[in-house]
Amino acid sequence: MGSHFLAMVMFAACVAVVFSVLMKDEPLEQLRLGGLLFAGFVGTAVVLGWLLLPFPL
Amino acid sequence: MGRKSRDSRRSRVGTAPPQEASGPDSGRALAAATLAWVMPGGGHLWLGRRQKGLVFLVVIPAMFLCGLWLEGRLFPFEASQPLVLLAAFAGLGNGLPYLVASLAGLGEGRVVAETFEYGNTFMIVSGLLNMLVCLDAYDVALGRK
Repeated sequence: MGSHFLAMVMFAACVAVVFSVLMKDEPLEQLRLGGLLFAGFVGTAVVLGWLLLPFPL
Repeated sequence: MGRKSRDSRRSRVGTAPPQEASGPDSGRALAAATLAWVMPGGGHLWLGRRQKGLVFLVVIPAMFLCGLWLEGRLFPFEASQPLVLLAAFAGLGNGLPYLVASLAGLGEGRVVAETFEYGNTFMIVSGLLNMLVCLDAYDVALGRK
């Protein structure tokens, strides 16, 4: 797999699913928390990526 | 201090604290946690939490396999390198998939692969998540959840 973004999205999806199923019992609540976690992970990674862009490796 | 409050305090002191896990409940909880470690989701399936068990059974091994596919490494138990040792313990949290992959000689890791660190992260985190699942199965078996 060459896409770092895809790897990050897969990672975020897996972690969000496990956390939401661990923490909530009702399917609707699991869906809500899972979506929130997934969006939070991906959104944070994208924002951090943009913020770190000006810095040299 | 009034008599009433002294009495209430005495009665509170005299009351035995709630019993922690003991006897058959504790054994059942340990069995659930062990089963959850050996087979991710197995503890929940055994306890009748089918939906949760199936999700863990699919997602955690899938994460581990993703890590192998991304050419991550199964870290060895080397006491001289504390971070490697911690990563090895985290990987061990995967249970049976970890043992099978170790015995099959998988997870050598290819340091020059661009996804090497991603692979490591997938395998370490899936092990840590399975440890949380084990603790959850333990709590469920004790009736705390």
